[in-house]
Amino acid sequence: MRAANQRKNALAKQPSKTNAPAKQSKTKAKAVSTGDAAAPPDDSDFILRSLQTEFEEQKRFNATPEQMLKFYEQMLLIRRFEEKAGQLYGLGLIGGFCHLYIGQEAVAIGLQSALDNDRDSVITGYRDHGHMLAYGIDPKVIMAELTGREAGISKGKGGSMHMFSTEHKFYGGHGIVGAQVALGGGLALAHKYNEDGGLCLAYFGDGAANQGQVYETFNMAALWNLPIVFVVEDNQYAMGTASSRSSAETRFHRRGTAFRIPGMEVNGMDVLEVRAAAEVAFKHVREGKGPVLMELNTYRYRGHSMSDPAKYRTREEVQEQRDTHDPIERLKKTLIEGGKSEDDLKAVDKGIRKVVAEAADFAETSPEPEASELYTDVLVENY
Amino acid sequence: MGIELKMPALSPTMEQGTLAKWLKAEGDTIEPGDIIAEIETDKATMEFEAIDEGVLSKIMIAEGTEDVAVGTIIAMITGEGEDASAPDPAPVATAEPAAVPEQAPKPVAEKPAPSAPAHDPEIPEGTSFTSTALREALRDGMAEEMRRDERVFVMGEEVAEYQGAYKVTQGLLDEFGPKRVIDTPITEYGFAGIGTGAAMGGLRPIVEFMTFNFAMQAIDHIINSAAKTNYMSGGQMRCPIVFRGPNGAASRVGAQHSQNYGPWYASVPGLIVIAPYDSADAKGLMKAAIRSEDPVVFLENELVYGRSFDVPDLDDHVLPIGKARIMREGSDVTIVSYSIGVGLALEAAEELAGEGIDAEVIDLRTLRPLDKQAVLTSLAKTNRLIVAEEGWPTCSIASEIQAICMEEGFDDLDAPVLRVCNEDVPLPYAANLEELALINAGSIVEAAKKVCYAD
Ligand SMILES: Cc1ncc(C[n+]2csc(CCOP(=O)(O)OP(=O)(O)O)c2C)c(N)n1
Ligand SMILES: [Mg+2]
Repeated sequence: MRAANQRKNALAKQPSKTNAPAKQSKTKAKAVSTGDAAAPPDDSDFILRSLQTEFEEQKRFNATPEQMLKFYEQMLLIRRFEEKAGQLYGLGLIGGFCHLYIGQEAVAIGLQSALDNDRDSVITGYRDHGHMLAYGIDPKVIMAELTGREAGISKGKGGSMHMFSTEHKFYGGHGIVGAQVALGGGLALAHKYNEDGGLCLAYFGDGAANQGQVYETFNMAALWNLPIVFVVEDNQYAMGTASSRSSAETRFHRRGTAFRIPGMEVNGMDVLEVRAAAEVAFKHVREGKGPVLMELNTYRYRGHSMSDPAKYRTREEVQEQRDTHDPIERLKKTLIEGGKSEDDLKAVDKGIRKVVAEAADFAETSPEPEASELYTDVLVENY
Repeated sequence: MGIELKMPALSPTMEQGTLAKWLKAEGDTIEPGDIIAEIETDKATMEFEAIDEGVLSKIMIAEGTEDVAVGTIIAMITGEGEDASAPDPAPVATAEPAAVPEQAPKPVAEKPAPSAPAHDPEIPEGTSFTSTALREALRDGMAEEMRRDERVFVMGEEVAEYQGAYKVTQGLLDEFGPKRVIDTPITEYGFAGIGTGAAMGGLRPIVEFMTFNFAMQAIDHIINSAAKTNYMSGGQMRCPIVFRGPNGAASRVGAQHSQNYGPWYASVPGLIVIAPYDSADAKGLMKAAIRSEDPVVFLENELVYGRSFDVPDLDDHVLPIGKARIMREGSDVTIVSYSIGVGLALEAAEELAGEGIDAEVIDLRTLRPLDKQAVLTSLAKTNRLIVAEEGWPTCSIASEIQAICMEEGFDDLDAPVLRVCNEDVPLPYAANLEELALINAGSIVEAAKKVCYAD
């Protein structure tokens, strides 16, 4: 057992997050808590660091050139789609709340590319456009939902925050912060109950991570050994609140400790690192070993939603993230090192811009829902 | 030829804004993602980001220009490979807003309040008034009570450093400091419980919910902990707390963010439920709520926050809880309403006046305890009554008023009491469906005519 502890301590001392976005405000919390949260020394199956250890042995996924190009295309599609959505919002074509995923693309692509889409399910909050695009769902029906048109994936009745595709086992699209975590626990319960071999990937934010139901779910998921991967998308802010102002422990991967859920800390700005971590986590869950908690360190470039006072962080901070941690630029560099030319990648961008422009045209020109749709889908049956 | 950059909307309620700053100059090369300008409204600042690449060939609206209409062309970008020295596009007059694209949902204007309402008898004759936005009236009410009573403090998400998600707590942190203006994590159940416990412990908390939709996480504490303790303890343990925040539908925010909880809370004995419409009532009732020894649910409305109404220039404007107010006197039909519905009822009354029907408009102001007498007195005068409510019809305040009229005003009724409410469906996102689902002045007019047999 000593060996295990020594290993844990050694890991704790390793400089972590070399490439992850800087968390200036976390340094203090980190200094205080490093080395704590240790297992009782006599507990032989206390394995909370084992997944991290395995992940750190091979931190970047060994992608084929085809896989790598695909990741690039998918991330770029999310970026361009979200930029266009922001533009349509400015034109009044999209209303209400619209939360963009720009900056966080590597998280959804890295994780979801490792799913078995025939079996696994995904659930998230209101910042959901990217997770849908990661499935390859037609950008047209997503954009048409944003503009509230009949052709939208929720017939225009859900909007940006409430999109679903049961066909893909994507369960939304939820507007109440934290609700998706317990719902994800239920999806995992169904996987286990049906013995379908699937797992649930449940995303939530650093702000959502403080909701009580998250911990109620952690307990039940661990107690019942549910096949679920909890993913904290730590983009460092919940609206205007930096995580250090709302969270006593900002190293979110440690928060499963009390429930014996192993944690992983991942640079969410590197799609290959995210994918490598996903491989380790999903394998653990699929082997029937219960839930995993992943902390994906990332950054949101845009405002929380379209209306954002932008006074809680400096422009320099945002610029620094874009300049030095951008997930798309990072992969581009890897691709170019692997022999792709700037021109190849420019052509990819051009193709994606075309797809997005078509989606926007479609979303702008397709008709609004029929008035009769107001009363449909309230209940399934007639009574 | 180039790409026109238009003044963007930051929210569906925005019609104009200030072009605060240009971060790029004419002639600068622009990459997608570059921030080119900063746009401001009273609520927020937005960074205007480039979508296209090219050269910023012309700035049409100088920085610092205020009241730039959404859709106005503010600059031109010359696209990649195009001749940057192409002739300047014809300048667009600043004041002339570019046409809103045809399919664009009409932005909901923050309407001016309809013509001056009837005088509130609670306010002394001869008092002068100052026009004040609703959000400021609420803030002023809280600030005055915080100055008066050290025990009063505010807690909630984004209430302090961010100055409130809807800017209702603006300035409170500066004046009262972080001990009394507390940012909480997103943990409604927890902080509603902490607030309730603090009230039991002798403090006077004001707990802000970013919107009442999120108070559903906390409703157990509001009802089981706050509303019932005085009774269960035989009057020993009090819970003087105010739970406040915006309630009801906002604009295009979909089913989970658009509900009126008035009827929910109004059904609970042990709670006070207040839902004011205008700034004077919001301030006067906010002060009363904070002073009350009982737990108060104080329901505001986001769509009214920006509207300005007269507030009396009184040192201590405190209104009685549980008293309705006649907003417009009339003799033919009574329209009972509360919160945002009052504005619609007043609008409908104007329209009815044009058709020779003289409507009386009653603002309930407090939903529990409900001012039955005001309703019944008006009914005795007009003999016809309808209820206008921005909320679902089933088990609503409107149904409650119907029951009261049946039980206690039956002999005064010349027509059945009608409910004018939202459609009985979760609120849809699509602009056309949302409009169909929500109550409007037209449907109030229709119902009023129906009970007057004027069709
Ligand atoms: C229960 C609840 N409380 C408050 C809100 C309002 N709200 C929406 S998003 C948000 C911030 C969430 O931040 P985080 O979890 O970090 O996710 P991010 O937006 O950064 O993706 C808040 C407070 C809500 N939707 N639901
Ligand atoms: Mg966040």
